[in-house]
Amino acid sequence: MGRVLAYLLGVATIYGVTQTHYDYLAQYMFFTHRAQHLVLHHAGPFLIALAAPLPVLADGLPTRIRPFPGWSLAARLLRPVYRTLQHPLIAPVLFVGLIYFWLIPEIHFDAMLSADLYQVMNWSMALDGLLFWWLILDRRSPQQGGLGYGKRIAILLAVIPPQILLGAYITFSRGVIFDVYEVCGRAWPLDPLTDQLLGGLLTWIPATMMSAIGVLIILSFLFRDARKEDAADVTHATP
Amino acid sequence: MARWIIPVVASLWLVGCGEQAWQTKDISGLMPPLEFELIDENGNDVTADQFIGKSTLLFFGFTHCPDVCPTTLARLDAATQRMDEATRDDIQVLFVSVDPRRDDPETLRTYTDAFGPQFIGLTGDKAALDELTRRYRVTYGYGEEDSDGNYDVSHSSAVFAFNDQGEVRLLIRDSDPMDAVVADLERLASGA
Repeated sequence: MGRVLAYLLGVATIYGVTQTHYDYLAQYMFFTHRAQHLVLHHAGPFLIALAAPLPVLADGLPTRIRPFPGWSLAARLLRPVYRTLQHPLIAPVLFVGLIYFWLIPEIHFDAMLSADLYQVMNWSMALDGLLFWWLILDRRSPQQGGLGYGKRIAILLAVIPPQILLGAYITFSRGVIFDVYEVCGRAWPLDPLTDQLLGGLLTWIPATMMSAIGVLIILSFLFRDARKEDAADVTHATP
Repeated sequence: MARWIIPVVASLWLVGCGEQAWQTKDISGLMPPLEFELIDENGNDVTADQFIGKSTLLFFGFTHCPDVCPTTLARLDAATQRMDEATRDDIQVLFVSVDPRRDDPETLRTYTDAFGPQFIGLTGDKAALDELTRRYRVTYGYGEEDSDGNYDVSHSSAVFAFNDQGEVRLLIRDSDPMDAVVADLERLASGA
């Protein structure tokens, strides 16, 4: 039940920030844009990955499509790409790197100006968020092929400092870093530096808090596995 | 790895030589070509096709604008004054008022005439303005009305520049130096 709720909530939040009037606000104000990316890259994919919906979604496919002819070939071609993206050293670099990349002032300017680039930006964030939280919140234990719990916690901790650094830099900047909101007009009259400060705080605090929540969930996985092992030992011990 | 890095860097460097760079923000390909259906300062319905053939500068504002609009229009006027007459005649400035409630065609005509003959005032109903502003990813909004009925209007501060085919080329900001604006407008008028 909780997993169903997490999945629906994850999908609903992503829908809410991309397909409703909220998307307009996200285009014409920096802090609303940062909140949108917080949902697309952190909260939404986090909830979806937590629900681990893949087996259910796969079972839900029409039987007609399931033995899809090109499926095994596509899987063979995509597997090395997927493996590379989900490498424990590459995944965190990609996760943080993408946040930095779209916040390079020149790139950010172009992305906010071009309708196509804007979509590429948003969906690349959502896709990378799914990949990242998928890796971290994998329901499979390390014995079943999931990533080791220690590595997962290390990744979660590793992505915190660069996000704090970036968020703090934006928050404490005295000058306007992203002038595209001035050039295109803001959704409502708000002081540019206040807008930037709020955006910086969103990049900094809630984003890094997601790591802390992630660590707590990994710990619960760890304890769950330990309990299962204990139970197995007990049944072995009794003659 | 090192085997392909040198050719790649070398070719990128050579590509850089090919074309003289714009000095203001180049937005070629980032935005769609010029298109609109508006009302001009004589009260006639006009479309973008009627403005093809000259380089076009597009700017959004309103005539009651206290600072940004007159400054920007005066800067464009000063920039065109520094060109020879033939070049100047190849440039037109479309001033689109996003405040049609106060800016009727006559008000617009009086306003743009003060800046020069190449300035053309345009406006339209909310649907037409929304379509155009959305197309160029800018927005506008109205502030609270005071007791005298005056209100502020938020709008984009940028000037969008199109070549004589109506293809988007440049985005000129308040902060761009005058020399850069003049050089780019001359290049634009020469058919770049």
